Amino acid sequence: MVKLSEWSSEDLRRRLRGPGLYLHAGPFLSHIRTTLPLAVEGIALLYADNRVCESAPFADFHIALQQPRSLRRWIHPQVIFDFDGIVPFKPLPVAQALPMLEWGLNWCIGFHAHQFLIIHAAALEKDGRAVVLPGPPGSGKSTLTAYLAHNGWRLLSDELALLSLTDGRITPLARPVSLKNQSIDIIAQAVPGAILSARTDDTVKGTVALMKAPVGSQERIEETAPAAWIIFPRFQAASATALESRSKAETLIELGRNAFNYSIHGKLGFDLLARVVDDCGCFTFTYSSLQEARDVFADLPSAPAAASGNSA
Amino acid sequence: MTGQPSAGDARFLLPRLVTHPETLASLSLAQWDLVIRQAMRAGISARLCFQLEDIGALDDVPERPRRHLESARTVALKHQRDIRWEVACVRRALEPIGIPMTLLKGAAYVMGELPPARGRLFADIDFMVPRDRIGDVERTLIEADWVSTVEDPYDQQYYRRWTHQIPPLQHYRRNTVLDVHHTIIEVTARTAVDPRPLAAESLPLQGDERLRILAPADMILHSALHLFSSGEFDRGMRDLLDINDLLRHFGAEAGFWEQLAGRAETLGLTYPLFLTLRYLERLLGLDIPGPLRQAAARWQPAAPRRALLDALFLRALRPEHVSCDGFLTGTARWLLYVRAHHLRMPTHLLVPHLLRKSFPQTQDD
Repeated sequence: MVKLSEWSSEDLRRRLRGPGLYLHAGPFLSHIRTTLPLAVEGIALLYADNRVCESAPFADFHIALQQPRSLRRWIHPQVIFDFDGIVPFKPLPVAQALPMLEWGLNWCIGFHAHQFLIIHAAALEKDGRAVVLPGPPGSGKSTLTAYLAHNGWRLLSDELALLSLTDGRITPLARPVSLKNQSIDIIAQAVPGAILSARTDDTVKGTVALMKAPVGSQERIEETAPAAWIIFPRFQAASATALESRSKAETLIELGRNAFNYSIHGKLGFDLLARVVDDCGCFTFTYSSLQEARDVFADLPSAPAAASGNSA
Repeated sequence: MTGQPSAGDARFLLPRLVTHPETLASLSLAQWDLVIRQAMRAGISARLCFQLEDIGALDDVPERPRRHLESARTVALKHQRDIRWEVACVRRALEPIGIPMTLLKGAAYVMGELPPARGRLFADIDFMVPRDRIGDVERTLIEADWVSTVEDPYDQQYYRRWTHQIPPLQHYRRNTVLDVHHTIIEVTARTAVDPRPLAAESLPLQGDERLRILAPADMILHSALHLFSSGEFDRGMRDLLDINDLLRHFGAEAGFWEQLAGRAETLGLTYPLFLTLRYLERLLGLDIPGPLRQAAARWQPAAPRRALLDALFLRALRPEHVSCDGFLTGTARWLLYVRAHHLRMPTHLLVPHLLRKSFPQTQDD
């Protein structure tokens, strides 16, 4: 199986322009075409360790990033995300091609991969057990994920936790981690080995940079893991680090609210999520220091904990 | 390059599979790639999943395409649950004013437990109420938390004056959309249809006099009229398959074909039924029952006109996917779009309307 980094950049560019790149990312095979240099460079950097092929008879998603055919292309060049002939989003400035590719791929999965229960959450694994980190933008979820992924944990996913409908195990996706605003400098300093894309300013989420998934997460891309902890992160400047238990009922409701396709699965989704929450330790985690966070995560309570707070 | 079949073959893959699902074994993985993409675009992935399941062949589909089919089935089941819930909500909201609602199209298929319901997706719920009560219905629904989706006063006026429905209503929390009609086609259309005989023949659902569906022949005629008077055909293949399901289902009863043909003549809807039968045969290769075949021969226009219709519809009714598009597909779709407007509105109304829509007078654009 060939890794993307084994292709020359000229090869990659030629394929993306012409017949397209067949890129494996977790359980999905995407067929991608683009001529936009920012997207080509971003793919080469961020997906270097992903498995690729020159052609494949079947792909899950056929996508293209291209410039709309209009006069605007000469004044304010734009980029559109084309899903097999459908354009699900409004065009963005061409400088945002790479974030758009990532958002577009998330959309493809969220809208079509109902063989999973998909939760809007990060997920990481250690010693065969996974921690799920749901969190709205600003909660520090991606920062914590990027840091832990280089500090003893294997990255399963940054945005989309893919739960098996039969046993709740999480299938790795291991796509890039999306860092926003101050998080970019924080990770650049705290993780010397991190590979970051160029920054994209003025997106709807502010300045965005993407961190490549560590190579280990690609090497073990077939290994699923059961969730053992559900932890809602909350970054709060100058706060003391605190891991506090939260009620299972409330965790279940909040997880459902954070799921892309919870309602689509109906009772099956409810039963599955209830079982996962039952089997997991459920916490809220407040932090301001990544090093302290790492120490707490190195020693998470193994059994579903008693209801008392546990500060570190 | 990727072993994909030529475009000429690609156009026939999906029609063959949905009419003869037992042929799936002959499909290569590259052909499955096209089938999944075309079926998704045509809105028939879930239907295909159920069809393959019915003949015990779903497990024979290679794993990757099968996941897409099963995923579509999951969504379709969710839509069915939602429709049942939403219809119950509307039925309850209308209870105090005692007005009967006649469900149309998809909602009727689901609540009537008819074959096309399986695997169908829904954008909205259509139903018909008596024209002189539609104001009461609208007020009652607005009190029950549905709000108008149309803000522009011109558009509001347009719906009320020239179409067969009030502006669509959307539930403020669940976002579901209701299309409340007082007849089955625009009041300005060349083939105006009197809704009263339809209402008179409608049937109560499970003994509920206020929740009704059209009688079998009328349901088929309405679906045919809707398909061939709308200007958009992106779901054309699905609509044809729905009608085919209804024909097979109701046709099991003796004398149904003759009854359908007679009803089409009474209501003046022979032309859409003729078109439906023609493209069930020509696009999907389906056999037309003898009595209907004879009736259709009676109704058909002259040969040059048939050739023109074929040139347009055999292009436009295919899935809107790059693998089905030929040189003239875009032109055919555009011409049919224009034709639909022409059929629905006389020119002296249509021209000002199109001008108005071409130059929107909104401030915030």
